[in-house]
Amino acid sequence: MNAWIQDLRMGVRFAFGGGREGWTRTLLTGVGVGLGVALLLVTTAIPSALAARDARADARSEHTAPQAAQPGRDTLLIGEADTRFHGADVHGRLLKPEGPDAPVPPGLTAFPGPGEMAVSPALKELLASSESELLRERLPYRQIAVIGDEGLIGPAELAYYAGSDTLKQIGGKVPRVTGFDNSAEPEPLDPVLTLLIVLVFTALLTPVAVFIAAAVRFGGERRDRRLAALRLVGADSRMTRRIAAGEALAGSLVGLVLGTGFFLVARQAAGAVDLFRISVFPADLNPSPALAALVALAVPAAAVAVTLFTLRGVVIEPLGVVRTAKSARRRVWWRLLPPLAGLALLYPMTGRGNDGGEFNQWQVSAGVVLLLVGVTGLLPWLVERAVARLGGGPVSWQLAVRRLQLSSGTAARLVNGIAVAVAGAIALQMLFAGVEGDYTKQTGQDPSRASLSVRANTGAGSPEEVAALTRRIGGAEGVAEVIQLTTTGLSPAPDSLEETTSLTIGSCAALRQVAQLDSCADGDAFILRGGFDDTNTDAVAKPGGTLYSGNVYGTEDGPPPVAWTLPASAKDAVSREDPDGTKRNGIAVTPSAAPKGLGDEQLATLYVRLDGSAPDALEHVRTAVRQADPLLSPLALQATKESERFASIRTGLYVGAACVLLLIGASLLVSQLEQLRERKKLLSALVAFGTRRSTLSLSVLWQTAVPMALGLALSTAVGLALGAMLLRMAYAPVVIDWVSVASMAGIGIAVVLAVTALSLPPLLRLMRPEGLRTE
Amino acid sequence: MSIGHTLLGLLESGPRHGYDLKRAFDEKFGHDRPLHYGQVYSTMSRLLKNGLVEVDGIEAGGGPERKRYAITDAGITDVERWLTQPEKPEPYLQSTLYTKVVLALLTGRSAADLLDSQRAEHLRLMRVLTDRKRRGDLADQLICDHALFHLEADLRWLELTGARLDQLAGEVRA
Amino acid sequence: MTPAGSLLIASGLHKAYGPTTALDGADFSIHPGEVVAVMGPSGSGKSTLLHCLAGIVTPDTGTITYDGRVLSAMSDRERSALRRTDFGFVFQFGQLVPELTCVENVALPLRLAGVKRREAERAALGWMERLEVDGLRAKRPGEVSGGQGQRVAVARSLVTRPRVLFADEPTGALDSLNGERVMQLFTEAARSANAAVVLVTHEARVAAYSDREIVVRDGKSRDMMQELSA
Repeated sequence: MNAWIQDLRMGVRFAFGGGREGWTRTLLTGVGVGLGVALLLVTTAIPSALAARDARADARSEHTAPQAAQPGRDTLLIGEADTRFHGADVHGRLLKPEGPDAPVPPGLTAFPGPGEMAVSPALKELLASSESELLRERLPYRQIAVIGDEGLIGPAELAYYAGSDTLKQIGGKVPRVTGFDNSAEPEPLDPVLTLLIVLVFTALLTPVAVFIAAAVRFGGERRDRRLAALRLVGADSRMTRRIAAGEALAGSLVGLVLGTGFFLVARQAAGAVDLFRISVFPADLNPSPALAALVALAVPAAAVAVTLFTLRGVVIEPLGVVRTAKSARRRVWWRLLPPLAGLALLYPMTGRGNDGGEFNQWQVSAGVVLLLVGVTGLLPWLVERAVARLGGGPVSWQLAVRRLQLSSGTAARLVNGIAVAVAGAIALQMLFAGVEGDYTKQTGQDPSRASLSVRANTGAGSPEEVAALTRRIGGAEGVAEVIQLTTTGLSPAPDSLEETTSLTIGSCAALRQVAQLDSCADGDAFILRGGFDDTNTDAVAKPGGTLYSGNVYGTEDGPPPVAWTLPASAKDAVSREDPDGTKRNGIAVTPSAAPKGLGDEQLATLYVRLDGSAPDALEHVRTAVRQADPLLSPLALQATKESERFASIRTGLYVGAACVLLLIGASLLVSQLEQLRERKKLLSALVAFGTRRSTLSLSVLWQTAVPMALGLALSTAVGLALGAMLLRMAYAPVVIDWVSVASMAGIGIAVVLAVTALSLPPLLRLMRPEGLRTE
Repeated sequence: MSIGHTLLGLLESGPRHGYDLKRAFDEKFGHDRPLHYGQVYSTMSRLLKNGLVEVDGIEAGGGPERKRYAITDAGITDVERWLTQPEKPEPYLQSTLYTKVVLALLTGRSAADLLDSQRAEHLRLMRVLTDRKRRGDLADQLICDHALFHLEADLRWLELTGARLDQLAGEVRA
Repeated sequence: MTPAGSLLIASGLHKAYGPTTALDGADFSIHPGEVVAVMGPSGSGKSTLLHCLAGIVTPDTGTITYDGRVLSAMSDRERSALRRTDFGFVFQFGQLVPELTCVENVALPLRLAGVKRREAERAALGWMERLEVDGLRAKRPGEVSGGQGQRVAVARSLVTRPRVLFADEPTGALDSLNGERVMQLFTEAARSANAAVVLVTHEARVAAYSDREIVVRDGKSRDMMQELSA
C-alpha cells in the first residue's frame, strides 16, 4: 500500500515537474478532461435549471389561482395581454388591484398605476433599441420599475406588467384573483418522449466519456518512453504502471479543476445566452450534488482505469516499449458481447410505446450505452481486419495504409468518439423521424388565404366595435384584405339546447371562405352541407321558418335569443375549410339577411391577408390590434404545428451533437499533431529525397479518412440497428431516413476534413529541412 | 618485429629448408619488405649457436641454403615465452609533428596550414591503404586496418590540436 | 582542377540560422563520378553545406549550379523533382519509413517518380541484392540491424540511378566493422553506377573511401586537393 502511494506520487510529480513537455502534456489532458467534465456538469445541471424555471412560471400564474366572485380588499383583476414581436413572445399582464391587499405578482414591489408599467430587463433593453418602434407603439406606458428575477422564468424573457383602471372581469380572459398559483398537474411525459430524453442524454454523454478516455491518453508515446527510462534505472513493471496511473490521476485532477472552472464560466455566460428562446439564470444551473460527486469520483477513476487497461498490451522494457498486443490478433468474440448485451436489454421492450407501457429508464440507458460503447470495442477490430486487406494505389495511399497496418489501434482510437456520436445521432434521428408524425399536427390552417386571425373575444364584440377594429387593421401597413366572419348560436326553438348549431354572418366575399358558392348577392342565405358536424343542420334547414339566434345557450345574465326568419331563398352550399382549417356547419348568411339586435351575443373573427411584399406587415397588424384592444391576441396561421416538447428535445439533440463533434474534432487534431511531431525527422528525410508535399499531405488525409470511413460504416450499421430497435420499442414503422444518415455521416466527414486542413500548416512546417539538423 | 622468433614459430609446424622459411615468411608477413637470404642465413646461424634449432639434414650439393632446420625443445620454449609476453606499447611521446607545430607557432608561421597539409598527406596514404584493402584478402585487410587505425589516431590528434591552436599559441609564446 | 566539367559547383555560400552562422563563404565543386568527402569538426557547417548542395536548403547568398542550371533560381517544385530524379540520399539514421517493408522503402523513390509498383520493387530488389540485403525484403526497418538498415538506405539512394549521391554521416550510428562494410558496398555501387558522391563525415577512415576531401571549418571550406596541386 505504501509502495502504491509512493509510485502514484511519483507519477503526479512527473506530471507537473517533467519540464515544459511534461506540463504541456498534463495541461493538454487537463483541458481535454476539463471540457468533458464541464459538459457533464452542465448536463447534470439542466434538470434543476428547468425545474427552477417551471417553479417561477407557476408562482406567477393565474391559471388555477384562487378566484373571487366580487371585488374585495384582496382581489386583483388580471388580464392576459401577451404579444409577439419578431418571433419572440412577450409575456404581458394588465393589472387592476381592487383593494389594498390585492396580491402583488412576484418580481414587483408595488402595482404600476394606470398608464405605467414594470418591464423585464430584456424588454427594457429591447424597447430602448431602435428596431422596436412597432413594439413601443403597442406598450404606451411609462416604465416605472424593473421586474425582479424572481418574477421571470429566464434572464432573457420579455415581460411587462401594466396598470389599468378600465379592466373589467371577463370569464377566463380577465379573472379576479386573490393570489397566484398553477397547481395543474403537468401532463405526464408520454413514454416515447421519456425514451427520447433518456436517449438524447446517453447518446450525447457516451461520446463525452469516450472523449475523456482519449484525453487521458494524450502524449502516451512520450510517457511510455519516459517509463522505459525509469525501467532502466530500476523500476519494475508494476511500479511503472502505478507511476503511469499517477500521471493519469494528476491529469484528470487538473481536468476536474479546469472543468469546474469552465463550468463556472459557462454558467456565468449562460445568463447572457438566449439559446432557442430559452435562457437560464446562472443561479439555476446547479448540478445536483449527487451527480456532481459522481463526476468528481468517476472521472479520475476512469482515467486510472483507462491507463491501466491500455498498458495491458504494452511491455515497458528498460530499452524501449514493446507492444505485445500487436502480435496477438484482436479477437472479435468478446468485442461482440457489449453490443449483443445491449440488444438483449432493449429487445424485451419492443412494442411498449403503443400500449402506453412504461419503459424502464435504467434498462433503456444501459442497453443504449452498451450498444454505443460496443462501437469502441468493435472498431479497432474492424480497422485491423480491414486495413490488413488494403494495398495497391499511389504512394500516399501506401504510406497511409502501411502506417495503419502497423498501428491500427491508434487510428481506431482517434475516431472512436466520432463513431459513437454518429451512431447515437443516427439512431436518434431515425427515432425522431419515425415518431415525428405523432408529434407534428397538421393544423389545417392555410397561411396562403390569411396570415392572421383575430377573434374579438374580449367582450368588445358589438358590431360598432368590430367595425372599428376592422378599419384599424385595414389601415395598417402591408394589409391586403380583412375578411370578417361573425358567428353566433342558432336553434330551431328558444329553449332547444340539443339542436343548436351555428350561424355564420359575412359578406359574399367572406362567405366564399367557408363555402363553395355558385352565386351570391347580399340578402342570400345558405345551408352548409358537409361541415364538421352536420347533425343539427336539418333541424334549422327550414327556409322561411322562424329560428332563434344569439344567446341560444341561455347564459344567465345574457339577453334572450333573437327570433329570426331564415330567408325562403336559402340554398344548400358545400362547406369548405375556412382559413383556420375548420369546415363550418349550420347556416351562412349575408349581412342584410342576418338577425338584428344580437348585441354582444356574437363573435367576430377577422382574417387578415397580408401583402407579401410589405416588410414587417405582421408586426404592423399586431400593433394595430393591440392599439384597438390590448387584450386581443392575434393568431398567426401556420400549416403545421410541432409539439413544443418534441421540438425542444430535437433542438437539444442538434445542439448537443454539434458540441460533442466539435469537442471530438479538437481531440482528433491534438493527437494528429502529436503523431506528426514524433515523425519530424522522417518527414524531413522524405522531403529531402524529393517527396512531394502533396503526397505527404494526402497520406495524412488517408490516415484519418480510412479509419473514419470504417468508423462511419460501423456507426451507421450500429446506429441503424439501434434506431430500428428503438422504433420497434416506440411501435413505429421502421423507416430509414437516408437523408439524416447521410447528413450525420457528412458531419463526420466534415470533421475529418477540418482536422486534416488544420493539421496541414504544422505538417508543412515540420517538413522543412531544419528537421534534418541533429545539432 | 623479431625475425628470429618469427622464423622459430614457422619451424614449429615441421622442419624446413632455409629457402622454404624465407618464402613462408614473405607470404605471411613480408608485405612491405621481403627477407634477404642473408638475413635468413645469419638469423639461423645465431639460433643454431644458441641451441634453439638443429640441422635436420643436408641435401647433396652442400651450401647453406640446402640445410634443413628443425626446432629444438629450447626453441619451442623460447617461442612460447615470446608469444605470451605482451608487447610493450609504444609511448609515442616523441612526436615530430608536435615539434613542428610548436616551432611554427614560435616563428609566426601558420600552424593551421601545417596541420591541414599533414591531414591531406595522411588521408592520401589512408586512401591508398583503403584501396589496397578493398582488393586484398583478409590478411591484407587486417594489416591495412592496423595501419589505418594508427593513421586515424594521428588524424584525430591533428583535429584536436587544430581546435586548440589558439590556446597552445598563448602558452607557447608566454 | 577547374570548375569546367564540374557537375555541381557552389560558390560563396552563406547561410545563417537565426544568430548562428552555419556557412560563411563556402565553395565546392564535384565532377561526374567523383567521390568527395566533406570533413570537419561537428558544428562546422558540413551538413548545412550538404543540404545547400542538394537544394534542400536555400543559401542566403551564393550560387549553386548543377549541370549548368542554377539551383537557387529553381522553384521548390523543380528542386524536389531534381532530388527525385538526379540525387540520392543516405542519412545517419531515421530515414526509413518504419511502416513500409525494406523493399517498399527502397522502391519508394521510384514510386515517387511515378514508376509502377511491381516494376519499382523489381528494380529495388536488384539493388538490395548488390548490397546483400535482398533477404530482408519483407522485413520492416524496426526488425533489421543498424548496418542492414543503412545498406537498405544505400540501396534506396541508388535505386533511381542518381548522378549525385549525398551521404550525411552514413556510418555514424554503426560500429567500425559494419561501417566499413557499408562504405565498401556504397562506394563500389556508386562507382559502378558512375554516380558522384558527396560524403559528409567526421571519421577519417570513412573519408579514406573518397577521391579527395574538402574541409569545412567555421563555415568556410578548403579544397585540399586544389591547394596541394597549386
